Amino acid sequence: MNWLNTVFVLGAAFLAVFWETAFGGVRHLLGAQIDLLPPLMVYASLFMGISTVTLLALCGGLWFDSLSANPLGVTVLPLFAVGLAIQVNRELILREETFAQLVLGLGASAATPLLTLLLLLTMGRAPLLGWGTIWQLVVLSVGGAIATPICFELFGWLQRTLVHRGATQTSFRPDREIRRGRL
Amino acid sequence: MLRRPHYIALGLIVLLTLVILNLPGQTTAHLKLGIGSLFLPLFGLASSTQQLAGTVEDAVLPRRELLRLNETLRQENQQLRLQAMQTEETARENARLRQFVGWQRQTPWKLKLAKVVLREPANWWRAVQIDLGSRDGLRLNLPVLTTEGLVGRISSVSLTRSQVTLLGDPNCKVSARVENETHDAGIIGASGPLETDFVALGYLSRNANLKPGQYVVTSGEGGIFPKGIPIGKIVDVQPVDYGSRTEARVKLAANLNALEAVCVMFP
Repeated sequence: MNWLNTVFVLGAAFLAVFWETAFGGVRHLLGAQIDLLPPLMVYASLFMGISTVTLLALCGGLWFDSLSANPLGVTVLPLFAVGLAIQVNRELILREETFAQLVLGLGASAATPLLTLLLLLTMGRAPLLGWGTIWQLVVLSVGGAIATPICFELFGWLQRTLVHRGATQTSFRPDREIRRGRL
Repeated sequence: MLRRPHYIALGLIVLLTLVILNLPGQTTAHLKLGIGSLFLPLFGLASSTQQLAGTVEDAVLPRRELLRLNETLRQENQQLRLQAMQTEETARENARLRQFVGWQRQTPWKLKLAKVVLREPANWWRAVQIDLGSRDGLRLNLPVLTTEGLVGRISSVSLTRSQVTLLGDPNCKVSARVENETHDAGIIGASGPLETDFVALGYLSRNANLKPGQYVVTSGEGGIFPKGIPIGKIVDVQPVDYGSRTEARVKLAANLNALEAVCVMFP
């Protein structure tokens, strides 16, 4: 049922991009819009295969850029880079720990916009930068850090509710059964 | 440690990114439109929900409140009609004087109302998208304004939607002049990432006679924005580049944070 997990993640990415463009409450309140794609990427890279990570980077990045003034495709590479870096080291990460999820969310949410800005500047674009950008990065990182454990909980619940669990092997083995005779 | 599938995925992503980033502008615009149109059902749903909420709010609003609002609007309407009469008379007088002096006749603004359908998700651009596109006659660089003042310009157009680059974005520069005795002219440029209500008016002469509270309007130079559209008011002035130039901070007349409906101006 791995494909169902992939569908969940892509669906969540689609809704996340829609939320970011349709509702600007966080931006009014804090001066920056929180990006939910990096927390999703953290989840995908820790629990899923490289194909899902690639699909999420590609679809999420293209969806985001299609509704933004960004050049189309500029968000794909930073998202993938973050996902790949986490996936390569995922054996070393205690992914069930909330603190680990928070730290990963913080790092991913800071790295993705920084890499995107770097790419934009490399391409000769002139994004809006200034001292306020530091505050925006702080809001993005903290917002992403908080969103990551929530994202893990949500997908955990979805999996428990909707995904069929494979039968686990029991410790019972008929060849090792002790047959008792008549006393 | 990177394994073979990682290398394949990395190569694929890098290749795809390079291809997409190097596509011609027209193709990218079509691709953006195609991918963006996937969100149309969700935007329709959000709009219907808002309408429903509005209908419910109207239904539960007490009759007394409605009558009070009606009375207020009636009074406002009468005042506006009187103002319109005065304006018409002034316009006729202006036309006569222009004819007398031999100046070109001023054409009234042709405006088309548009609804803001989505906001920029990235924090480093200042833009919105509106529900009018090329099928409504929109094209690049048309000025966009509200009843309060200038908002920005059309920066990309698709069939049903257009992107408006707002004032304060590095890609929206406006030639402006201050309404004072010397009519000091400058360029409205980018603002700080957090200062959505303010923009910088730069390239002003160091002898510019600027005071807080003076109005700033479009100068009509540059060929995009017609003359006389209100932009905002000067808040403070400071010398820049070791005193060789002056820069003013302008509070925008239009509230860019709460844009719901805008007008696109046709030449």
